[in-house]
Amino acid sequence: MAKVTFRIFRYNPDKEQASRYQDYIVSLEPGVTLLNCLNKIKWEIDPTLSYRMSCGSAICGSCAMKVNGHALLACKTQASELVRDGVIQIDPIGNSPVMRDLVVDLEPFWGAFRKVEPYLMPDSRDNPERERLQTAAQFLKIDAATQCIMCAACWSDCNSLEVDNLFYGPAALAKAQRFIYDSRDAKKRDRLVEISKLHGMWDCTHCGECSTRCPTEVKPLARIEEIREAAMAEGVHGNNGARHALAFRETVSKRGLLDENYVPVRSVGFFNIMGLLELLPVGLRMFIRRKNPPIIPHGIDNRKEVRKIFSRQKEFRRD
Amino acid sequence: MYTHDVIIVGSGLAGLRAAMELVGRFDVAILTKVYPSRSHSGAAQGGVAAALGNVDGDTPEAHIFDTVKGSDYLGDQDAIEIMCNDAPAAIYEMEKLGCPFSRTGENKIAQRAFGGHSFQRACFSADRTGHALLHTLFEQSMKNAGKLQVYSEWYVTRLIVEDGVARGVVAFDIKTGRLEVFHGKTILFATGGYGRAYQITSNAYANTGDGITAAYRAGVPLMDMEFVQFHPTGLYQHGILLSEAARGEGGYLLNGLGERFMSKYAPSKMELGPRDIVSRSAQTEIDEGRGAGPNKDYVYLDLRHLGKEKLMERLPQIYNLAKDFIGVDAMKNPVPIQPTAHYSMGGIPADNDCQVLADEKGNLVKGFFAAGECSCVSVHGANRLGTNSLLDALVFGRRAGKKLAEVTGGMDWSPVDERKELDAALNEIRALREASGSEDMTSIRSELKNTMTYKAGVYRNGDDLGQAHKKIKELQERFKRAPMADKGNTFNTNMVESLELAHMLEYSELIVAGAIERKESRGAHARKDHPTRDDAGWLKHTMAFKTADGGYELRYKPVRITRFQPQERKY
Ligand SMILES: Cc1cc2nc3c(=O)[nH]c(=O)nc-3n(C[C@H](O)[C@H](O)[C@H](O)COP(=O)(O)OP(=O)(O)OC[C@H]3O[C@@H](n4cnc5c(N)ncnc54)[C@H](O)[C@@H]3O)c2cc1C
Ligand code: SF4
Ligand code: SF4
Ligand code: FES
Repeated sequence: MAKVTFRIFRYNPDKEQASRYQDYIVSLEPGVTLLNCLNKIKWEIDPTLSYRMSCGSAICGSCAMKVNGHALLACKTQASELVRDGVIQIDPIGNSPVMRDLVVDLEPFWGAFRKVEPYLMPDSRDNPERERLQTAAQFLKIDAATQCIMCAACWSDCNSLEVDNLFYGPAALAKAQRFIYDSRDAKKRDRLVEISKLHGMWDCTHCGECSTRCPTEVKPLARIEEIREAAMAEGVHGNNGARHALAFRETVSKRGLLDENYVPVRSVGFFNIMGLLELLPVGLRMFIRRKNPPIIPHGIDNRKEVRKIFSRQKEFRRD
Repeated sequence: MYTHDVIIVGSGLAGLRAAMELVGRFDVAILTKVYPSRSHSGAAQGGVAAALGNVDGDTPEAHIFDTVKGSDYLGDQDAIEIMCNDAPAAIYEMEKLGCPFSRTGENKIAQRAFGGHSFQRACFSADRTGHALLHTLFEQSMKNAGKLQVYSEWYVTRLIVEDGVARGVVAFDIKTGRLEVFHGKTILFATGGYGRAYQITSNAYANTGDGITAAYRAGVPLMDMEFVQFHPTGLYQHGILLSEAARGEGGYLLNGLGERFMSKYAPSKMELGPRDIVSRSAQTEIDEGRGAGPNKDYVYLDLRHLGKEKLMERLPQIYNLAKDFIGVDAMKNPVPIQPTAHYSMGGIPADNDCQVLADEKGNLVKGFFAAGECSCVSVHGANRLGTNSLLDALVFGRRAGKKLAEVTGGMDWSPVDERKELDAALNEIRALREASGSEDMTSIRSELKNTMTYKAGVYRNGDDLGQAHKKIKELQERFKRAPMADKGNTFNTNMVESLELAHMLEYSELIVAGAIERKESRGAHARKDHPTRDDAGWLKHTMAFKTADGGYELRYKPVRITRFQPQERKY
């Protein structure tokens, strides 16, 4: 049996000011999960090691942690797949204050859900005696997002959250998708307006980490794309994010390229004097460092092809 | 000290559902040792029973009979009638709150077959029904955040009962170690099951019977503890559940010789016989040498013939569990399984409104309620039918809430001596913290779990049970000499595990004690030395009382039979 070093992040505020790593050497029996190994360490070597777990079967969302730098569920991952040069390095999940060892404070994560009003708001007139009807196709639209186990693996590795801790985060936005696309919900538009605000759905940078880390089928980035689409279709355009998307489309479809002067100005809004003033310093800094885009935009040669893509896509949407 | 009108312990389906009846009318607190969405209800896969008749001609009447028969006639028939009649309304309510149910071709809630049910009765959401229901109620608790105080990661250690009146609980904040008294007019326990005392189990690490033990220590009797359900399809060696939905959707059980062995045991229902019978059949195949694998210690669940499409649409989670946990691709190979401890039929005795009984005569513990798996109403009797327990948690959670509203409204505050209660709780914890000796918790726990699985498991007999009893006594003594390694305050999971082990050692003795006395085979309690059901001697509920010297006394309570006289149970 292979001996493996578990290099585990340790921190106990009762005893020490700084965190440290502690190594435990464990021989891996075939078929064991990472959680099995942690339990072995806790139960046979060091009972002071703290982490969360409950179901042991990938459904309760307790056991997310960072392994070799990325979040995953300890209970559903085979330990043997995680060994790098004889070592498995384990840290608490990211974007969250550590309380002890692998246990983090989850209040910010739960708080994000509250921002999206995460419960059905039906039309009160739609109240049949039995169940409300829903087609299988309608159910499928919310099937992915309703699989969220609230494990915070996505939250841990989200790049936007790293720079903006008020960002709603992937899981809460996926939760919003679940109601926006629920045929039984009556507040679609209000919800879209709400999550279009600052720190909401438009502040995701599309890095895709959330979908890579998600242990279920939620795939938050795909859900975020769906709510953005819904916002565009519903005409919820009165915010920087939507204007940015529109401006982006406008310039690309016109010139075949991005006009980097036009997009930010259009995103903030032509008549938004304060917003435009806020852009000035950024523009100036870019100018000083010679990072500014050419003032007079040029286009590419075969713009026609680009326009064709756009009109094809429009037809496709209509189908 | 914290004060709330109603204190609910447990945030699974039963606790959250009860809270919904009370928010806005009373000051309600929920205490839970894990975050609400992490309660074990979320692990339920297959479905929730209700005679909606969406795919066939099902009726509540048929549901009642199936449940009575499934319970091996130990279920109380008036309670079963209530549950089955309330079922459709309970499901429609959940649909209206937004629960995502799978749908039929007519866009109604989809329903499928389940063991022991004579119609397609299990409403479902793919194979994560409990998850869908739990998250729907969790959403509602967030909606009511202003009116409902949820104390997550608080561990309840004591129930306060004085002069027959429940007055509150003592709990500590796992995050900081701070101990507090919670004073309430009424208390509801919805703390879930006790299957963790077994080595092979489908239950979460959190299912350590804390609530029932706390009640027992406070002088409340426990009922029918010997009835522990084993589920036939636990993932080999892990115990993780592969839902009965796998068989509901047409999966086969095969022995090591490749035979569909259920044809010998339940020829008409085959794989869809009730759980106790299917588990015993699988265990018999293993015991008689027809198991599979090098040690012939498992059998197979075969899903290959269902085809990729059905497997991925109806049973995706099961497919993933087999793949991730033991590396078996269920599309290509049969999945190794063995019976796993799954459901606790016994628990805190309660009447049809979830008011807790103080004795076998029907006296009540004033202000104390129990609902869900920790309670014993008894709707499941000697054997629960699959999908009836989510239903139990919803229906009786709702009933508990309604009755709590009524009782709390008309109740005065009974005083609590805060210092005394804190001291009592501190002493309990101190005894664990300051234990000294060379014993260790880990071996005690694993010896207990092995004893329960192999001596008080699917099949039992007088000798094994006697040895189990002796062993548990020995382990209880050894535990007193097992020091707690972590003496810190912040997120001390070592302390939580130590308290949990103390509970398991206490209630396991009652499982075994009830089983030793019950000299018959009924439902999940199968004795090789008393292989038949004995209605003349044993058509009654066991009630275990804690005696002053720390021992126990067993008394009995008659079963309420209304319309269905006991018959032989054949499938
Ligand atoms: C794997 C699996 C699959 C299942 N599938 C099905 C199915 O398909 N259909 C079906 O009908 N049933 C199924 N069941 C059974 C069903 O899920 C449970 O019986 C039911 O969910 C129990 O709900 P509950 O509300 O009583 O308790 P739980 O959901 O277990 O909740 C218990 C609560 O009590 C709290 N708690 C416990 N102790 C303490 C303490 N000391 N201090 C504070 N809080 C505490 C916990 O934090 C938790 O919130 C399944 C069970 C398992 C194990
Ligand atoms: S895609 Fe968006 S939400 Fe997902 S991790 Fe990246 S920034 Fe965060
Ligand atoms: S979206 Fe995925 S990763 Fe994020 S909390 Fe939900 S299940 Fe976990
Ligand atoms: S322990 Fe529940 S998801 Fe891992």
